[in-house]
Amino acid sequence: MTIETTEYKRCSLVKMDGRVDSNTGDSLMDAFKMFQDQGVYKIVFDMTDVDFMSSKGWWVLIQTQKACKRYNRGEVVLANVPKKILDSLDLVGMSHYFKIFDDVVSAVGYF
Amino acid sequence: MPEKVFLGEYSSLEKISEFIKEHAYACGLDERATYAVQLAVDEACSNIIEHAYGGEGIGEIECICNILDDGLEVILKDDGKPFDPEDVKEVQVGVPLEELGERGAGIYLINQLMDEVNFKFSNKGGTTLTLKKNK
Repeated sequence: MTIETTEYKRCSLVKMDGRVDSNTGDSLMDAFKMFQDQGVYKIVFDMTDVDFMSSKGWWVLIQTQKACKRYNRGEVVLANVPKKILDSLDLVGMSHYFKIFDDVVSAVGYF
Repeated sequence: MPEKVFLGEYSSLEKISEFIKEHAYACGLDERATYAVQLAVDEACSNIIEHAYGGEGIGEIECICNILDDGLEVILKDDGKPFDPEDVKEVQVGVPLEELGERGAGIYLINQLMDEVNFKFSNKGGTTLTLKKNK
């Protein structure tokens, strides 16, 4: 599992590969928190190389979305969400808490 | 009957997932159904570690895959504290983001993803969870 972060002028990008589960979810949370500690609340999460996400991963995203949207200071948006992961997000009604883009360029352009 | 025992640690989740995938494919499940079983088993094993054992490195998870004519049966056994799935709060759907709480998604998902779900609790402690996914 690797987590890459990139800072753009108007937002920041987090990219992770492999699994987001109870074993790795805290590392993803740390990456999101690092940006929040720097006052960055506009975040794109690139899921191109995420091949598995359990409810632990969703809660990391939900907690980050709550923190970023507070005081209307920002938002987390998702890019390249694999179909099987999107299906499971839909199953528990969580996908509507996020704007979802087909590619990173569109997601970064949203900000 | 393929069977493997894993340490009750979060680092075992990937190995358990691979074990499930191997037998789901051998059984003839497609990619979507295989992912559904992997996700349900991951949620169940995370619950075993967190709730039944109360943390990592305390017990083991026995995982059995039965390849049936009409699908895959997965049996998960632990020696931890039994719990009543009826006591788990229902997942909240459609509530505002600020009101969304972190409970119940695992059990809800297991029930949604699998065709049969059966919890069996032992008097001596421990739970046997049987999951079935049809082809």
